[in-house]
Amino acid sequence: MFRGITDLKSLWPIGAIFIILLILPPVLPRFYTYILALIFVTSLLAMSLNLVLGHGMIFQFHHGVFYGVGAYTVALMLSKTSLPMWVGFVAGPIAAAVVGLLIGWFCVRLTRLYFGMLQISLGSLIWAIVFRWYSFTGGDDGIHGIPMPPFISSLNSAYYFILIVLVICMILLYLILKSPFGSTLEAIRDNPQRCEAVGVNVRRHQLKAIVIATFFAGIAGVLFVVLERSVFPDLLFWVLSLEIFIMCLLGGWFTFAGPILGAAIMVALRTFIGIFTEYWTLILGVILILLIFFLPEGVMGYVLEILKPQAREVAERKGE
Amino acid sequence: MGIDLAALASQLVVGLSRAMILFIVCAGLSFVLGVLRVPNVAHGSLYMIGAFVAFSFFSLFGGSSAGFWLALILAPLVVALVSLIAERALFCHLYEREHLMLLLFTFALMLIFGDLVKIIWGAEYRSISAPPFLRGSVSIFGASIPRYNLFLLIIGPLVAIGLWLFTNKTKMGKISRAAAVDREMVGLIGINVSWVFAGAFVIGCCLAGLGGALVAPTVSITLGMDHTIIIEAFLIVTIGGLGNMWGALVGSLIFGVTHSFGVLIWPQFAIVFPYAAVVIVLLLRPRGMLKSVW
Repeated sequence: MFRGITDLKSLWPIGAIFIILLILPPVLPRFYTYILALIFVTSLLAMSLNLVLGHGMIFQFHHGVFYGVGAYTVALMLSKTSLPMWVGFVAGPIAAAVVGLLIGWFCVRLTRLYFGMLQISLGSLIWAIVFRWYSFTGGDDGIHGIPMPPFISSLNSAYYFILIVLVICMILLYLILKSPFGSTLEAIRDNPQRCEAVGVNVRRHQLKAIVIATFFAGIAGVLFVVLERSVFPDLLFWVLSLEIFIMCLLGGWFTFAGPILGAAIMVALRTFIGIFTEYWTLILGVILILLIFFLPEGVMGYVLEILKPQAREVAERKGE
Repeated sequence: MGIDLAALASQLVVGLSRAMILFIVCAGLSFVLGVLRVPNVAHGSLYMIGAFVAFSFFSLFGGSSAGFWLALILAPLVVALVSLIAERALFCHLYEREHLMLLLFTFALMLIFGDLVKIIWGAEYRSISAPPFLRGSVSIFGASIPRYNLFLLIIGPLVAIGLWLFTNKTKMGKISRAAAVDREMVGLIGINVSWVFAGAFVIGCCLAGLGGALVAPTVSITLGMDHTIIIEAFLIVTIGGLGNMWGALVGSLIFGVTHSFGVLIWPQFAIVFPYAAVVIVLLLRPRGMLKSVW
């Protein structure tokens, strides 16, 4: 969607989507507003993972931990301390980035599957602590009824808050990817040996990317608390991490907008199949298998493939 | 102090027998990982199916001890059949795809299996009981040790020896080991690699089913047991060395024993101990303790 933007004209579909999303909440039933906001939060989470996964080829297998750390930090600060509320909102992403730095520092010395496995074990360690520390984190019950500042206390205002933060984060992520930093990251993905040879400190660069990605995951965690007003240890469980991973693969992990699409598909499928039957994971599994067989490049990859000839046609007409 | 020693001994036996279950499951996972190079996320689901099928056979025979033994033999076979169907119908068409796509596929299988179990057996807790002579506990040097755990301590090494004999002494085992190292070469000398993969996948999944059937009398059989086992199994296989059966054994022992000592030392955070052990091992030996086939 963001590929090859050279002039402002090609930005209009994105602007149109944004404006539609802005005017929707008063029209839509509450439930749909909520689902849309949930899709926004999940999209940000998936995009933050894709920064390291699709653009860096770093097997971040336990990304959910950072989401959970961000959410738990803001939840604990809002419900257990009397600090100003904005401190909690700022502390969430920072805590996630610090944990990302710690875990990443251990993990970057490994590659691929081993990287992922060490991250899963470190992440599971954090999950186990959160899951068991009843007096502090509420254990497997989690924390509920977290107080929110008045300006985001209603669903619609929370929706707008989440949407605006999402748009800002998307722009930031896009700029990061287009910066020299992002190009180097993609160069490392494509050929780590050559990058090392031309003097790039591969591991340090990957670690920086991980810290950035976990920071954005922390923001997603804060937004989750804004929307749900509760946290529970499942946010840090590996199943969620795998789901985010799947969203990136499903949407198309070499595209910028793929993870958004993947997140939207996953959340929508779960919600709407969940209405009709309790066996929604069965349907989701079947759909996933169909997608693997028929859309190997991910949904976004397929869309781009269809769009490409049309774009070429338009260009040719312009040439006339 | 005497009481402490007794508690220590019985916790050790509990940990070791837990390690045997983990080993049987992980050996299967490791075998599939070694030959097919696929992290099979659905492995835990097959373990769960094994436990539920064991329950079905057990209740079919009215809970007699014959029912238990039949369940122990038939459950892995049913799981093998399920995995054979999944492999031949779907999985075998994907081998040339990228690895992450295979991971995605096994995740989809996990989702499907999870719901199929819910449809067939429902969401209630199930349990089966061991035959009378394996119930209760024996007292060894003042430590009371459940008999079923001792039974597991015998079964585990038997499975290890059986697997070793299979991979080292049979043609099929040797072919699958060769396929793990160099699959092109195996194909070149005229062996149907696709069927080697199918065989390895089915054997690996069969072990998951056996693990599920064996664990059934010691836990309540329920949905969600797939999620817990699979993450533990992946970590064990990684610290042992990917695709290495003895590595799976060592990893399982570390995981099982640290957990049971965790229970003794700090029950609330017992679950943290094995994960911490995994982290320490991976930091010291990032590629696992024993040689990986990758």
